[in-house]
Amino acid sequence: HSEFVYQAILLSFIGHPEIFPLVFTTKTQEIFNCRVDEDVTEENCFKLIKKEDIIQDLKTRATVSDFHPIKKVVLEYPGEELLVVFDAKFQYGQNFYFVASEEAKENLLEEKGEKGEENREETLEVHPYKPPVHKPWVSLGSEKEVEEESVKDTVTKIKYMISRVRRKFGAPVTFTDKNASHVKDSYVECTSYQDKTFSIKMLEKDVGIQMVPKVREASTQTKWTYPKNAATQYFPRQLSNEEKGESLSSEKLKEFLTSVHLRMEIALQQNEIMNAFFDDWKALAEDESSSGGKPDVYLKACQSFTDLRYLKDRTMSCICWHPTIYGIIAVSARERLSHEEQVNLSDKSLLQQSVILFWSFFDPIHPQLMLECPGDIYCFQFSPSDPNIIAGGCINGQVVLWDISQHEEKLQNAKPVADEIEITAVNMVNASILNILHTEPPLVRYCAVSSIQYSHNKPVTDIHWLPDYFEDNQTGATFENRAEICVQLVTCSPDCSVLFWDIPATKLPEQPSFEKVREKEICYMPLDVPDTSKHLDLCWKPLIKINLCESDTNTDYGPVRISLRELHYHYKTSGKVQSLNTLEVPTKESPYTDMSTSSGKNLKVLENISTDFFVGTEDGEIVYSDWKTEIGSDSAKPVSQEHTQKYTIHTETVNTLQRSPFFKDVVLSIGGRNFAIWKEGVTNGPILQSSCSAGRYTAGQWSLTRPGVFFIGRDDGNIDIWDLLKKTHEPSHFQSISESMITFISPWIASSKQHFLAVSDDLGVLRVLEICQTLSHPSRNEHANVLDYFEREVKYLKYREQEFQ
Amino acid sequence: GIPIRTTLDNSTTVQYAGLLHQLTMKARSTVRDVDPQNDLTFLRIRSKKHEIMVAPDKEYLLIVIQNPCE
Repeated sequence: HSEFVYQAILLSFIGHPEIFPLVFTTKTQEIFNCRVDEDVTEENCFKLIKKEDIIQDLKTRATVSDFHPIKKVVLEYPGEELLVVFDAKFQYGQNFYFVASEEAKENLLEEKGEKGEENREETLEVHPYKPPVHKPWVSLGSEKEVEEESVKDTVTKIKYMISRVRRKFGAPVTFTDKNASHVKDSYVECTSYQDKTFSIKMLEKDVGIQMVPKVREASTQTKWTYPKNAATQYFPRQLSNEEKGESLSSEKLKEFLTSVHLRMEIALQQNEIMNAFFDDWKALAEDESSSGGKPDVYLKACQSFTDLRYLKDRTMSCICWHPTIYGIIAVSARERLSHEEQVNLSDKSLLQQSVILFWSFFDPIHPQLMLECPGDIYCFQFSPSDPNIIAGGCINGQVVLWDISQHEEKLQNAKPVADEIEITAVNMVNASILNILHTEPPLVRYCAVSSIQYSHNKPVTDIHWLPDYFEDNQTGATFENRAEICVQLVTCSPDCSVLFWDIPATKLPEQPSFEKVREKEICYMPLDVPDTSKHLDLCWKPLIKINLCESDTNTDYGPVRISLRELHYHYKTSGKVQSLNTLEVPTKESPYTDMSTSSGKNLKVLENISTDFFVGTEDGEIVYSDWKTEIGSDSAKPVSQEHTQKYTIHTETVNTLQRSPFFKDVVLSIGGRNFAIWKEGVTNGPILQSSCSAGRYTAGQWSLTRPGVFFIGRDDGNIDIWDLLKKTHEPSHFQSISESMITFISPWIASSKQHFLAVSDDLGVLRVLEICQTLSHPSRNEHANVLDYFEREVKYLKYREQEFQ
Repeated sequence: GIPIRTTLDNSTTVQYAGLLHQLTMKARSTVRDVDPQNDLTFLRIRSKKHEIMVAPDKEYLLIVIQNPCE
């Protein structure tokens, strides 16, 4: 039985404290009716045994009873019936076990009951529902834990009740700001303080250090003088003559030349064919400017001069521009004579003094200078080498010379009238007086007049200075003129003679005349006249006289105009004249004093000066001759030569015979109703001859700038402008200038922009016109074109001559 | 360069020789820089007043100075 106890203890430890395994003997089984496989089967394993029975059994059988080990439990068992379960499987170790507790018993029974119910589904046995029975709670010690965990109020809660008047609820609230720091104790701050407990002093610290070199910037400026070449002198290296000769003859040079010469030839040929320097652009511009737009007025009226006192009832015979001073023009006037009066001049007595007037552009009212003339001057010219010497031909056949060197300054300083008026405007009282004083131009007397005996018998109609590079002597040979001063004159007159004059005058530069008093001269000259040609006065003889007459037919020509081939000279600028006038000159002899009539001792004979000349006669003939005398002519006076040609083209006196300033051998002759252009050497006739025009041509001149243009004045006061490149049968333009006959035309170039044309008429009025651009600027290749034209005409003439022969 | 034979006066010749030699060298080097197989055969300089023509060679130089046609 101790085994059973042990087993019961074991079971209790296992977890089934109310299960006590029992061994039921058969006896016991019979007693309690739990015989195996009879009453208790595997399925029906529960057996309820009454407690009383068990107790009885116990009493009867005491220790033999199977319930002995659990006697205590049985006794303690609260219920009446005890459950014994047949354990077929020996689950708890024995074949029967005893359930000690009511609960377990019920559980098992229910279980069994369920099982039984399951087993007996068909049977409708319903166990009656037994509600759970209250049992007293058995404390197992958990209530302490519960107590600990539960929350209990230790303190009684205080109750507050806050109330407020109802009307204050929901009222609008205004909030204001209040600075917290203003109100004392309105805030509590917790300032930080250094808590010593937390400060740890660092005694050692690991720090990284980098070493950097100390850098400092500094600059200085030093004066660096470096040698620089200021100048280098060198001479080129050259080969000596032998070396040169050697290299010249070397083979290499020959090869080089042969290889190179072809290229060079090609290049040279190219240059020959075409002008590489031709500027197309510029040429185009020139064309446009000349062809674009015809000006309305070709000759623009610029100024006009007239003087009432001296030029009343007079006509102008000649106009000359001052060669060097800008704006000075000289005019000679003569009586208006009808034709018969002109022929019978010897009867005419001159009432009015005749003068040559100098006008300045700046003063159109008052003439600047007046030259006194012994008689009417028909023509005059400024000397090209010294513009202060003026030579004029007089109506009585004399040749007159003036020297205006004293007045040169005055002429140069001719101020505009406006300035003078400004100066005098201060003093109005004296102004009139001054004006009166200014009106009288200074009068210059002539300084030399040729002797009447040896001059012409008829008026001198043309006078020219001979150019300065040759001079003639009495034998007619031309000599070189070393002094480069014009010293010779040629004059012609209708008395059939051409005279050459010499001026062997003593011209002393700029010396006032009163110094000359000590000279041993007999003639008395008025003090204000420079004694330039003192000793010439009234004893001046011509050098050569040429009689123009045909030796075989004995007809005379009365030359009115003469034109020499070598008449081209340029006027020297005043600079040169000044140099002649400096006082240094008198250290050597003045050139004029050297001259005498036979001064041609050591001078060279010039062979190539042409001595031919054209002469226009009174009767309208043009004569071409030359004055060179042949050596060995017997007659005392040199006579004209055999080879003269004569052409009768014009109907009246030739009034103009002028060479073209561009072509030395082309001559324009104007007379009567037509004009003609001649070329020297062409003996057939003129290369151009105009048709008879309605009016008479009375004056004409070539243009100084355009080779194919010339101006012709008519007797009705018009000027015809002829342009040979445009039209040759009629003038290209004409313009009416004045009402009366035009007596003289003179073009002049004052500057590159200003080209003037001075026109004088029968009424004594001098008009200065400005030539417009188209007339003054030559077009491209005009010179060549005009030359071409002349050559064509010459050829045509020749052809015509051949045709008609 | 050193002039061997000339028709001008000495100073002009020397000047032209020196200057044109350098110019020819420069021109030749230019031509050859652009195309190494090329070489300078002729050099022509046209100015307002003249035309200068230079024909170079390995050792010698021929210089001609010409005025324009007109």
